[in-house]
Amino acid sequence: MNDNSLLQRIGRALLIPTLAIITSLIIGALIIIITAESPLIGLTKVGIGYWGIIDGALLSRNGIPNTLVATIPLILTGLAVAIPFHAGLFNIGAEGQFMMGALIGTLVGIYVPLPVGIHPLAVLLFGFIGGALWGLIPGLLRAYMGAHEVINTIMLNFIAIAIVNYAVRQPFKAENTSSVQTLPIQESAELFRLVGRLHVGIFVALILVALCYFFLFRTTWGFALRTTGHNPDAAHYAGINPKHQFVISMTLAGGLAGVAGVMEVQGLNHTLTESFNAGYGFDAIAVSLLALNNPIAIIPAAFIFAILRIGGDFLQIRANLSVHIVSILQALILLFVSAPMIIRYLYRLPKKAKKQDAPIARGWGG
Amino acid sequence: MSQSPILEIRGLTKRFPGVLANDAVDLTLNKGEIIALLGENGAGKTTLMNMLYGLYQPDEGEILFNGSPLVMDSPNDAIAAGIGMVHQHFMLIPVMTVTENIMLGVEQTRGPLPGLLGKYFGRIDRRSVAKEIKELSQKYNLSLNPDDYIKDLPVGIQQRAEIIKALYRGAEILILDEPTAVLTPQEAEELFTIMKRLTNQGVSIIFITHKLKEVLRIADRIAVLHRGRLVGTTSPAEADEAKLAEMMVGRQVILKVNKKPAKPQAPILQVTNLSVNDDRGQTSVNNTSLTVHAGEILGIAGVQGNGQRELIESITGLRLPTQGSISLNGHDITTLSPRPITEMGVAHIPEDREKHGFIHSYTIADNLVLNQYYQPPYAQGARLQFENIDKHAQKMVDAFDVRTPSIYTPTGTLSGGNKQKVIIARELSRPLKLLIANQPTRGVDVGSIEFIHNQIIAQRDEGVAVLLISAELDEILNLADRVAVMFDGQIIKTLPIAEATRERIGLLMAGSSD
Repeated sequence: MNDNSLLQRIGRALLIPTLAIITSLIIGALIIIITAESPLIGLTKVGIGYWGIIDGALLSRNGIPNTLVATIPLILTGLAVAIPFHAGLFNIGAEGQFMMGALIGTLVGIYVPLPVGIHPLAVLLFGFIGGALWGLIPGLLRAYMGAHEVINTIMLNFIAIAIVNYAVRQPFKAENTSSVQTLPIQESAELFRLVGRLHVGIFVALILVALCYFFLFRTTWGFALRTTGHNPDAAHYAGINPKHQFVISMTLAGGLAGVAGVMEVQGLNHTLTESFNAGYGFDAIAVSLLALNNPIAIIPAAFIFAILRIGGDFLQIRANLSVHIVSILQALILLFVSAPMIIRYLYRLPKKAKKQDAPIARGWGG
Repeated sequence: MSQSPILEIRGLTKRFPGVLANDAVDLTLNKGEIIALLGENGAGKTTLMNMLYGLYQPDEGEILFNGSPLVMDSPNDAIAAGIGMVHQHFMLIPVMTVTENIMLGVEQTRGPLPGLLGKYFGRIDRRSVAKEIKELSQKYNLSLNPDDYIKDLPVGIQQRAEIIKALYRGAEILILDEPTAVLTPQEAEELFTIMKRLTNQGVSIIFITHKLKEVLRIADRIAVLHRGRLVGTTSPAEADEAKLAEMMVGRQVILKVNKKPAKPQAPILQVTNLSVNDDRGQTSVNNTSLTVHAGEILGIAGVQGNGQRELIESITGLRLPTQGSISLNGHDITTLSPRPITEMGVAHIPEDREKHGFIHSYTIADNLVLNQYYQPPYAQGARLQFENIDKHAQKMVDAFDVRTPSIYTPTGTLSGGNKQKVIIARELSRPLKLLIANQPTRGVDVGSIEFIHNQIIAQRDEGVAVLLISAELDEILNLADRVAVMFDGQIIKTLPIAEATRERIGLLMAGSSD
């Protein structure tokens, strides 16, 4: 049917992200060398540090389980950015949706007694609902008030963090401990562990990836959503209400981020603490961009960012380098993926035929 | 007219990836001459002009200006050399006066400071610029008040301001890009007078257009481009419309549509006392009524911007009217949204095909079901049935002669005519009651126009009510059975086609009562 085989197309899609990562590692190495006491020491540090990332995140005992644990929330929050992007919206609010999902789901896990088989699912469901409500608000504001979702999701992040901090300090604070946290969720609500800290949430994440892919590319709902993202005027003309698509995509995204949040509680610490937010919602933007907003590609993209997250600690300890080197690497990857012209220029790749109006999150008031 | 060439184009070639946009084009322009550049969309007119205006650099060939080679890196070089361009869409700032618009970018200053300091920190000298504009407008006999605000001026006068702007910058050659597209026939007539006067004063003009009549009326010589090549140069004395059309398309074209007399039946669309606001909240359609019967084509003539767009958008459910009612086949559809209206048998070929008609990056197959994707056989429940979508696409591409490598080609990469065929295939491939065709052949090549016109007439003959809106008076006069003239938000007159002469419609379009 097409003159390009599937393998060729995948190869071409992987080209830019791969080169972006390689280029970022090279520039990161140069920064380490320049800032070191001498070039030789710098070079050694690069070797030790980069090996530390690979060793720590993949080769050491518990390396892969820990990396996979970090991959789970990155996959789900990555989806939470990708789906609105297909509808033409830019969801910066995965962090807040993650927090609200965690809060609502955790409360069900603590206070609602349910049988073992049902309890984890009920907690997941309420995690979804908590996040979905937090996505619904900016969705409605965008659709019916014209208020830009970027501004509103950023502000709602702060509100969500403040609400969770209040909840764990005041009404839901555990009495019997000195640290600021809630009671642990009931054992019946926990997600069981597979290896080390790795819990069954990984399967939940993978199933949701498949569902999102199916939803976006195989259903009439996804067709309406993507049509809106490509051209809301044409969508309206074709009988699709763009406002509905804005609300649906943001609600769905919020729900996915909410599931990510509540699974962190169910699978790991089992309580909600003050310092619960680990910035997954922000890395999610990078993950989604690296995956070019394709749900399937979000799996490897999330895995790469999880390697940097977990391996970053090893880089810091073993090579005595600042952990900010990892932030620089992440930022560079993001830069090169979002500005592929730089990569094309550096590696003298042929110019891509002009691709017309891929869905773009629109500017102010667009 | 003297015969010294002011501009000589020799072997100009421009390649884009996969396309030879201009292939060794030779053209000379003599001083004081009007040369018309004719060609289908995609024939390379725009590319050629962009090279002349410094926007593109040629791959091969050269441009000689007064005998010496001219190398241009930007439009600034073109302006400095004496080439001015009047774009189809005016580059004027509405809230500024004529003077301010004309001096924009080349502001004159006055004050005590010398040299560059004075240039950048002096006071803007409106008075002397206004004086120069007056002198220019007297010299070329173009009446224009330098102190008027652009927003208060009719389109024809705004165009004059654009012409003066080019002349003020010392243009000896004027490039006019489809200048009559936005004018009434009377305004176009005035423009032609102005063009003649300019050439008498030694200005040379390159006139780009689709309209064959105008070319024959005004040009001294006619150059025809086809697929990037100059296929010939002729003159109005040697050519007629049929011959020009043949040169443009490369085959014979029937310009006059053959159709049987209409057999109008019951009214299908009834619009009663309708008022609609535009995007800025101003009344755009003002308490107007119209009826379209099954089996007839009602053509709406009018200068663009007289409420046609808002009228159509309210009928198709894209815009809510402020007053009045719309009924289809006896059912009130005034407040319905686009989907139920479509499902009731209304097809809409939108005015702005790039904005409303299709999704650029979607395949032809997807665009062919853009408003039916959720219905069987294209979907079962919520699952899209790609096999049926593809089968439908193959059928439509064959039936409507869409020229494409495959049904999976992104629609945005097709030519204008083929994009329009995709839209028309989608809209006409289901049972219809009402067909709304808004500028159905805009920017479409002559060959496709013929095809589209025949499709519209075939729908009429099957008993569909057709509402046709077009800026091309010829299209209306060719196709319509009745002509309604829209002016200032109202249908001011409806005439049977037999009484609708070009002159009468032209006067009505300008708002004069019959």
